[in-house]
Amino acid sequence: MTQLQKQIINLNNVTIRFTGDSGDGMQLVGTLFSDTSALFGNDVSTFPDYPSEIRAPQGTVAGVSGFQVHIGHNKIHTPGDYCDVLVAMNPAALKANLKWAKRGATIIVDADTFDDKHLQKAGYVTNPLTDNSLQPYNLICAPISSQTHACLSDTQLDNKSIMRCKNMFALGITYSLFNRPFEHTFTYFEEKFAKYPALIEANKKVLREGYIFAENTHAMPSASIEPAKIEKGKYRNMNGNTAVAWGLMAAAEKSQLPLFLGSYPITPATDILQELAKHKNLGVKTFQAEDEIAGICTAIGAAYAGNLAVTTTSGPGLALKTEAIGLACMMEIPIVIVNVQRGGPSTGLPTKTEQADLMQAIYGRNGEAPCIVIAATTPSDCFYYAYIAAKLTLEHMTTVILLNDGFLANGSQPWKVITMNELPPITPRLQTQKLSEHTPFMRNDDTLARNWVIPGTPELMHRIGSLEKDFVTGQASHVPENHHKMVTLRKEKVEKVVRVIPPLHTEGEEYGDLLVVGWGGTYGHLLSAVQELLLEGKHIALAQFNYIYPLPANTKEVFKRYKKILVCELNLGQFANYLRIECQEFSYLQYNKVQGLPFTVEEIKRECLKHL
Amino acid sequence: MTQTYTAQDLKSSVEVKWCAGCGDHAVLNALQKAMPQCGIPIENIVVVSGIGCSSRLPYYMNTYGMHTIHGRASAIASGVKSANPQLSVWQITGDGDCLAIGGNHFIHAVRRNIDINIILFNNEIYGLTKGQYSPTTKRGQVTKTSPMGTIETPFNPGELTIGCRGTFFARAIDNNIQLCTDVMIQAQNHKGTSVVEVLQNCVIFNNGAHEYYTNRNEKEDRQVILEHGKAMVFGKEKNKGIVLKGMELQVVTIGKDGITEADILIHDAHNQNPTIHNMLVSMKGPDFPIALGVIRDVTEPTYDDALIEQIETARNTSHIHCMDELFSSGEIWEIK
Repeated sequence: MTQLQKQIINLNNVTIRFTGDSGDGMQLVGTLFSDTSALFGNDVSTFPDYPSEIRAPQGTVAGVSGFQVHIGHNKIHTPGDYCDVLVAMNPAALKANLKWAKRGATIIVDADTFDDKHLQKAGYVTNPLTDNSLQPYNLICAPISSQTHACLSDTQLDNKSIMRCKNMFALGITYSLFNRPFEHTFTYFEEKFAKYPALIEANKKVLREGYIFAENTHAMPSASIEPAKIEKGKYRNMNGNTAVAWGLMAAAEKSQLPLFLGSYPITPATDILQELAKHKNLGVKTFQAEDEIAGICTAIGAAYAGNLAVTTTSGPGLALKTEAIGLACMMEIPIVIVNVQRGGPSTGLPTKTEQADLMQAIYGRNGEAPCIVIAATTPSDCFYYAYIAAKLTLEHMTTVILLNDGFLANGSQPWKVITMNELPPITPRLQTQKLSEHTPFMRNDDTLARNWVIPGTPELMHRIGSLEKDFVTGQASHVPENHHKMVTLRKEKVEKVVRVIPPLHTEGEEYGDLLVVGWGGTYGHLLSAVQELLLEGKHIALAQFNYIYPLPANTKEVFKRYKKILVCELNLGQFANYLRIECQEFSYLQYNKVQGLPFTVEEIKRECLKHL
Repeated sequence: MTQTYTAQDLKSSVEVKWCAGCGDHAVLNALQKAMPQCGIPIENIVVVSGIGCSSRLPYYMNTYGMHTIHGRASAIASGVKSANPQLSVWQITGDGDCLAIGGNHFIHAVRRNIDINIILFNNEIYGLTKGQYSPTTKRGQVTKTSPMGTIETPFNPGELTIGCRGTFFARAIDNNIQLCTDVMIQAQNHKGTSVVEVLQNCVIFNNGAHEYYTNRNEKEDRQVILEHGKAMVFGKEKNKGIVLKGMELQVVTIGKDGITEADILIHDAHNQNPTIHNMLVSMKGPDFPIALGVIRDVTEPTYDDALIEQIETARNTSHIHCMDELFSSGEIWEIK
């Protein structure tokens, strides 16, 4: 079939899942496909799914790594529940991922790997390519390994290097399938392999071969996803972790403070540390501490010394930081704690997503130690909420915990390029003038935030610490009434933040039968489900919370407008229980899932329909 | 330097609440004497402590200060110094705070060679919790939590510091304020992590822990105060000295067995090789005097200098100098 004769179908959106051994380069091909599509003008959303072992035994189900890309002609909110195309580089990848393929999906396998040895390793008794079990799918048996080998056999590359190119054959097939241009990928090869010209040519050749193979294979109709109708402007791809790093840097620049990050590597938060470490040119200081405790403690030291101080972590690390968060509360110094939630408890599912650290964030400290708790809802709005976390801590002199999750952290989306003047101002509570004998402990009447006096300021030397302090003088105090007053004050200080946070916003019907309530990273899936039900004529809406402690002022007003409230979250009901404390007059239905996976749009719809 | 100040200016309005006779009073005095001699503006001093009797010290200093949580002062002090290397950062800590709960932070601060001064009050006991054994309590000592004697080998803070590739270690005793003051000044002048161990007496829970060395009548025979470039001579008659015999140190008497002053080891605190320093910090009675003064003081790159250097280099070589430039760098596409 020639290119001209090729049948092209226009699709609104399509989901492709690339899967293979964790050494097969599936994250890379997924990213290249996603970036190419974004440059083409599609809306995109991606999500990697990888094992916690770096290289689990080759060919086994445990070692399978995947990357899902959802591209669309319309606005996209999720990386897609189930895929339209599944690329499986070996039997184990097929075995682990077939459940994510839609019925009728196109399945592209490297047929060369379906030998007895690999089938056995994957736990197949019979060969799925020949036993008819894949009959409901459009199966493409592509000889990826042998074709890659054949097209590079006349090069100087050794066998290992040749086999490393086979992921590009698979990528080439998908490029043909969805009419993707090569330019971006070629540029990538040229930059990545600048020192090894042979590899540039080899990868280009294999990518083209894959493309040609698909062109020549009649079994695959080619599809086109037209550019999306998204807001005009410049875009770049951004994952949640990078977005957090950039949001914090933006806040540092806006507040004219140096940015200091004290952190210890932990999945899935490490990328924030790695990203910030790259930006010393912007004055960013990253301190890779000896443990989680030192991560926050160096940040507390830096905050006292006048930096915008941050620590980043995941659930187990948040647990370790507990005592130091109490110290930050007690000293009333500005500090942001970013917790990228993962499957727990304990080490749990380190590479998987979950929302089960909510109670830990709100309540998990000794004594009464309230912190502002906020959550980001999409990979790209991680930028904004990291910025807001910094703004709140600097203006209110209260610890802020930003809750993200593995799904947001690793998922990526186009981020509309902004300029710094579009961001709200940040006014740190810095004080350099002597206002009284107790300047560092004087408070703003509206926010109750104390003055931030940093070392190096003449005449304002003061001591602050973990002991309860006197309301007026700031000296250590054990006076019973003073303690009660200070405990109340620290709580009020957090509660007064309600005045500066936006009202809770709903999407869908203003009044209705069912309000779906979510918080944080489940936004995309919940919104997609609600939008589909709205199209079906249901009286439904979504209220997704970014501000958790304190809750938006109009929360109860919103809840009143619906007959039923369904709280959906990736834990056993922590936000629902929190709402039962904070908004007692309502009753809450729950939908909970704790599998280390995001919701699917389909299951949310099914659950909503039970209550409609 | 802005204005000069005196020890008196360093006293805060808070009443000192250590027990009468506690060695901490002397160390506080020494610190207040040392600081005005270091040439640091008073507003640039930050004193950071953890938890324990000695950790109350920041409250008594009219400087910037933080009394924090148990064991974490090394990490907090490291954060202060990294955030603002202009500051003179002092960590006040005890043997429990620094070497038990804070051991991990301590060893890493020393390894990084971040420019802070760690004053380690070693009274070989937990005082604030009323008398449990610490990581420096002598093996076999009876305490409230070791009624039959401890079954643990104590740390020697000097060995630990050198083992962490420390660049500065000094030892002093609370009843010698002049020596305490001297080594604190040298600690401040040293670039990098300075560890000053002060043998300090807890009058209530471990009274006389260091009595063997501090005994008024015997101390000259039981202490050798080291000074860089000077012979390791000690004793009431100033006729004892340390020599290196084979691979080991030995105490000799000048004028006996043909030993002359020329045979006595000259202290070289600046020697990068830590072998002799290690032997010196390990000396103990009854065979040896205890070594006091600055035992090791060598120059190595510091964390804070390197951090600033990298930032300067990155600033000078990058073409991105602000967020707007970063936003529009790299791969961008436009929807029209």
